[in-house]
Amino acid sequence: MNTLTRAKRWIGKHLILGLGILVLIYTFVPIAIVVLMSFNDSSKSRNVYKFQQFTFDNWLHPGRWADGMLDSVMLSIYIALCATVIATILGTLAAFAMVRHRFVGRKAANIIIFLPMASPEIVMGSSLLALFVAAGFGGQLGFWTILIAHVMFCLSFVVVTVKARLSGLDDNLEQAAMDLYATEAQTFWRVTFPLVLPGIVGAALLSFSLSFDDFIITNLNSGQEVTFPMFVYGANQRGVPMEVNVIGTAMFVIAITIVLVGELARRRQEKALAA
Amino acid sequence: MSPAAEATTSTARAGSRDLRLSQLTKEYATFTAVKSLDLVVPQGQFFALLGPSGCGKTTTLRMVAGLDTPTSGTIHLGETEVTYEKPYKRPVNTVFQNYALFPHLDIADNVAFGLKRRGIKDVKKQVADMLELVELTSQAHKKPPQMSGGQQQRVALARALINKPEVLLLDEPLGALDLKLRRGMQLELKRIQTEVGLTFVHVTHDQEEAMTMADTVAVMNQGVIEQMGAPIELYENPRTTFVANFLGQSNLIAGEIEGRDGDQVKVRVQGALASVPGDRAHSESGKGWLGIRPEKVLIAEAGQPIDAPGDVITGGYVTDVSFVGVSTQYTVRMPWDQELMVFEQNTGARAMLPVGTKVDISWRPEYAFLLDASQDAKAGIEED
Amino acid sequence: MATLDDVAAPKAKRKLTGYWLILPGALWLAVFFVIPFYSLISTSLFDPKGSVLTGYDMTWHFSNYVDAIDQYKGQIWRSLWYAGVATALCLVIGYVLAYAIAFKAGRWKNLMLVLVIAPFFTSFLLRTLSWKLILADDGFVVDALQTVHLLGDDGRLLATPFAVIAGLTYNFLPFMVLPLYASLEKIDIRLIEASSDLYASPLRGFLKVTLPLSMPGVVAGTLLTFIPAAGDYVNAQLLGSPNTRMVGNTIQSLFTTQGDYAAAGALSVTLMIIIVGAVLMYVRTAGTEDLV
Repeated sequence: MNTLTRAKRWIGKHLILGLGILVLIYTFVPIAIVVLMSFNDSSKSRNVYKFQQFTFDNWLHPGRWADGMLDSVMLSIYIALCATVIATILGTLAAFAMVRHRFVGRKAANIIIFLPMASPEIVMGSSLLALFVAAGFGGQLGFWTILIAHVMFCLSFVVVTVKARLSGLDDNLEQAAMDLYATEAQTFWRVTFPLVLPGIVGAALLSFSLSFDDFIITNLNSGQEVTFPMFVYGANQRGVPMEVNVIGTAMFVIAITIVLVGELARRRQEKALAA
Repeated sequence: MSPAAEATTSTARAGSRDLRLSQLTKEYATFTAVKSLDLVVPQGQFFALLGPSGCGKTTTLRMVAGLDTPTSGTIHLGETEVTYEKPYKRPVNTVFQNYALFPHLDIADNVAFGLKRRGIKDVKKQVADMLELVELTSQAHKKPPQMSGGQQQRVALARALINKPEVLLLDEPLGALDLKLRRGMQLELKRIQTEVGLTFVHVTHDQEEAMTMADTVAVMNQGVIEQMGAPIELYENPRTTFVANFLGQSNLIAGEIEGRDGDQVKVRVQGALASVPGDRAHSESGKGWLGIRPEKVLIAEAGQPIDAPGDVITGGYVTDVSFVGVSTQYTVRMPWDQELMVFEQNTGARAMLPVGTKVDISWRPEYAFLLDASQDAKAGIEED
Repeated sequence: MATLDDVAAPKAKRKLTGYWLILPGALWLAVFFVIPFYSLISTSLFDPKGSVLTGYDMTWHFSNYVDAIDQYKGQIWRSLWYAGVATALCLVIGYVLAYAIAFKAGRWKNLMLVLVIAPFFTSFLLRTLSWKLILADDGFVVDALQTVHLLGDDGRLLATPFAVIAGLTYNFLPFMVLPLYASLEKIDIRLIEASSDLYASPLRGFLKVTLPLSMPGVVAGTLLTFIPAAGDYVNAQLLGSPNTRMVGNTIQSLFTTQGDYAAAGALSVTLMIIIVGAVLMYVRTAGTEDLV
């Protein structure tokens, strides 16, 4: 009886946490399948997207990868890098303007920055396409138009991320620096920038993953270029080569590693300081 | 005495590096924070700016630091005008209210910050000395968030002091500490100030803190200085009802001023005739507030003798008694329906008087003060 | 609050710095986000007889809208319907997860938050393809459902509305969880304790205290889920069938394969107007207009 009531109480206490963990597990099932499929030998029948036989071949022989896949990955990485650099710089500047400066049109700027995050991608993608066609670039869709589009949708996320970090910053710190003989430039580089940097790095990582993963906007504005998500989408119609899962798994492992290393470094530093 | 301290004391004698504010004004869109403030802080003094929140004391401090620009007026350090000088060009450093320690730098780097910005190369020795002064040598490589409030406070102090500023500004530096730690830090700050001999300008709303630490206290209210002087002078001889109430507590009794009689001013108070020393009378005709501090009021059961040369006022009764250890605080309702506070030392000469006891009160005339009745008798009473 | 430039910069310079900083980003968004809407609207009014090759004429052809809505109203309705159901499912599932992280996770809070966004680390398309595998006709889910007779022997999940909604729910769940978590996390746990101290049962306490206080998160989360879900076509394409085509599928194929820019533009503008209208109505009823 006693153990029963105790069990009931325990369940009552942990029910919500348990349900939450179940939800998390649910979100990981498809990832597990991506990992699993990266070890699938599909050489017998390409047209069935189904686990057939375990193999390391997909990982070990990039030379046998489907035509164009590696190119699409490289293109996606290249675009994501360029878009990240541009969006991070422009977005960080804008975030400083929004938090630190009062100017006419600040409200309007705020709305323009918020809107891309709240617009359906299909509408943004088709608008851009309409613009490019109207401006006479309809025949030159490709790397540049993809890059323009990616910077456009990454920008808002950068502004929001850096803004959050910047507005959480105590302005007394900058005043203290100036009080302690730091000029405006020294104050910025010695105090403001190092303190905002984690926000900027976070924004850059977010931009990279948004750009690398984008499909809907890219698909409308890519012309003849094929990015990795477009390759996967196209392959779906012909039969998906298992190698795409190698890329998916590798991406996941790299991203998780970056996050974990960052977290570990933070914890280690904290521990060392506390000792 | 350290050589540095010696050097500053010798120039202090010359008096050439006083901090002078003249006609200093700061207006915001909706209100005036500081109104035509004139103030001289002599070099080497521990000076306190005391006042309730919103009185303009922090704004004044920030203008001296260069963090706010005055609307008009000037700030001089000795003969040099610094009114519009950038904060990093002034020989003035600040200990901020929430300390504002750089969270990404360790304690040693925080302390070294000012020296390094001024291009001083070898700062190790100075940083070590300074950390020793504030007793934080063993914490040099911790980061600020890992430290307690008291330790952070000492880092903030060290970070400012190491630059040997001509004026050190302290913005409620002890406000975030608990009471016990605060008392300890007050003594510590005072010790350090005496040791380094710099001018300290300390902003606070804690009257006890101001009185314990400062050589001179300026009481500020609504953007102006109400009164300035040594703590004893302010406490014993307040010039305004605000000072009388904000610094300690006061009984203010309405009276008719009869006029000067030799070096005394006579006041008729509720039928009795009281006298106030001429230098403590800040009004000489018409209506006035007769002020007397609660601990100066003498109390006895009705009809019992009171050891005071002045008039005895009869007809009161005790409405509240609180025992606070060293003293007993009585509230006495007088026949004219005013409640007076009476603090009596617990010497053990007499048992505590219970609520309802009929009592007589009196005081020594030399402790009374007289204020203009046009002022609000409740000004400066803190509501908390 | 005084800021750095109140101190540092003279007045004139201080005003201009803000403009210089915002200018590049604002210009980029103006040229590549705002102006394109204008192009889209004008495209939607082109003479439908044109083509990409021959060029389009601007003829204020408002009937494009009538034609597009008439022809594709099924897809429009389906989009709103699927996105609505997926958003509701996300809200329920996401609320449980956000609540667990905010109040029950203790020292695992940060880890769980990382796990919420971890799915973003693999490709959106690959995760959707995984669902194709999970829901496949000979997959274990279908097998299991057939065994317990929830699904007929020839019943299937793939290529049904169920699969599309499941995919949408899965893909947009993090957009729901994060804002919900952010607003739940701000709630002072003592308020919930106070409500139980004041005789509220856990359920009443939740309904009267926690839920109302988390409304900003609910509003932000539902918007951030509904809007992209309504415009999505990847789930419908990979997991659905021709019968589950959403308006996104139509717009994209009109643009890329059929080259019917006028109709595609009209449909795109229609979708945007419907979404903006729905959002405004929703925000007004939810009473949180200061969301931006």
